[in-house]
Amino acid sequence: MTASTDVAIDLRTAEQFLYREARLADDHDYDGWEALWTDDAVYWIPAGGMSAVDPTTQVSIAFDNRSRIHTRVAQLKSGKRHSQSPPSSVRRLVTNVEVMGTDDAGDTCVGANFLAVEARERGTTVWAGRAEYRLRLVDGEIRLAWKKVTLVDRDRALPTLSFLI
Amino acid sequence: MTVVDTGSRYDRLIQPDRVHGSLYTDPSVYADELERIWYRTWVYIGHESEVPEPNDYVVKPMGPQSVIMTRDKQGQVHLLLNRCSHRANLVCEDERGNSSALRCHYHGWTFANDGRLLGYPFMQGYGGPEAKKELGLGRVARMESYRGFVFGSFAAEGPTLREHLGAATEAFDRLCRLSPEGEVQLTAGWLKHKVRANWKMLLENETDGYHPQFVHSSIFEVGQSGIGDLYSDKSLAVSRDLGDGHTENDLRPEFRRIGKPLGWFGTTEDRLPDYVRRMREVHGPGAEEILIDGSPHVMVFPNLFIAEIQLFVLQPLAVDETVQHVTAVQFAGAPDLNRRMLQQTIGSVGPAGFLLADDSEMYERNQRGVQARTPEWLQIKRGMHRERLDENGHTIGYATDEVPLRGIWRHYRQLMTEERPA
Repeated sequence: MTASTDVAIDLRTAEQFLYREARLADDHDYDGWEALWTDDAVYWIPAGGMSAVDPTTQVSIAFDNRSRIHTRVAQLKSGKRHSQSPPSSVRRLVTNVEVMGTDDAGDTCVGANFLAVEARERGTTVWAGRAEYRLRLVDGEIRLAWKKVTLVDRDRALPTLSFLI
Repeated sequence: MTVVDTGSRYDRLIQPDRVHGSLYTDPSVYADELERIWYRTWVYIGHESEVPEPNDYVVKPMGPQSVIMTRDKQGQVHLLLNRCSHRANLVCEDERGNSSALRCHYHGWTFANDGRLLGYPFMQGYGGPEAKKELGLGRVARMESYRGFVFGSFAAEGPTLREHLGAATEAFDRLCRLSPEGEVQLTAGWLKHKVRANWKMLLENETDGYHPQFVHSSIFEVGQSGIGDLYSDKSLAVSRDLGDGHTENDLRPEFRRIGKPLGWFGTTEDRLPDYVRRMREVHGPGAEEILIDGSPHVMVFPNLFIAEIQLFVLQPLAVDETVQHVTAVQFAGAPDLNRRMLQQTIGSVGPAGFLLADDSEMYERNQRGVQARTPEWLQIKRGMHRERLDENGHTIGYATDEVPLRGIWRHYRQLMTEERPA
């Protein structure tokens, strides 16, 4: 990644995209959320320890390629994803948004912090962490090529996390 | 401690065809379990491959406690308690590392990684070096391992590990023989997934062949998986009580009917040519049976679930709180298979897993449901009328029958009621 002011997507546009992605996830608009991703997308939620460094040798909470993103969404839409049926009530804040530069593929790298509050019968859970995104212009539209969600408590025992974070 | 007549209590609460709801909710039952199960029988701790080098250590759960599994510089493995012998502070804060010594940061006491007290500041305060000999770290009373799987028992005397594992011993052999080098390596790290449910909800579910078609129908349909069919009324698979609380869903009859190498893993040999070639080099014609039969689905009482391509370790924290630690099985000499097992594990288990998120939702709903006062009992009698004995004398039933539940509870009742040394 090179730090550069000459990025394809400016801060204001990137922010608007991040907020939209967050809203679609909070609203359980599964089709809308899935449509944001590029064909080569990766959606990654590392677990503890070295997981955040190497998802090819260490277990992660999620490490979805595009096909698995589709599976995740299809399972949520089936109505029989019991851990999201009924769905959690979720609202999240996305803050501290920065455009970090451009990666080798030309995607714009964006970083943010997030705080999500999830309420369901189990109780209310606060999820917080760092979210990193790689955004790409495809036919004039911003698409999400990569998202890494690094939870502050990823080293701890976590409750079920089956909404889209 | 007051002596309570626990015997008649548990005989009343555990019956051949049903168990009482209070077994999942009563804190006094949980307290009895700690004494009679978790701090007494053999409990799985960790695998030798997690401390491969001299001076490696890793902190592992043992029931609600954690222990430090170390390898000393001579290569010997030890199970030490994370409690300074001086004022009970922790001597180890990191989950893993490499060090010849463990130091308590409260008053600077330092211990060797075999548990000996090496020294403390201002030695004369305790009357000189002689006092050191009696002030080592606490250790798990007994430690034994089988195929690299390390178990501990807080009871100084009792059955050997092999006696405890009994008929489940073969599951470890069956797992290890899937490695071209005959070895499991637990190197993929751990997911820690917490549920607000009693630990026995998890223990029972691991070999409950009745639930998959209902709890997991969403992913079986979306993923076009054949797993659901293994747990249907028509399946040739059997549920088995291995004795000593160990239970199994034996899927081999179905895999043998299908008769395809790696069919158990949902793939075909052309997708893993290097692995299949190595297995045939090592095992010759015997490789076919190994590659068709696949990996065991065995719950080793009370806390180790060999779940085909994953291992789960159950850790009770309270009567209604349990952590499931899970990792991907990795086999020595099988890098191509290991990559796929890791990615399937990530997809299936842990807090966001396609399978385990829904199992865990069920555990938590069960824990809420069992608070209701009536009916007081949970049924465990499915298939009681059609139980039979296999060629080894173990009770088996249909894939969806509750033979494993009855096996678990029979053993549990024995542990909770038997006379034991004061």
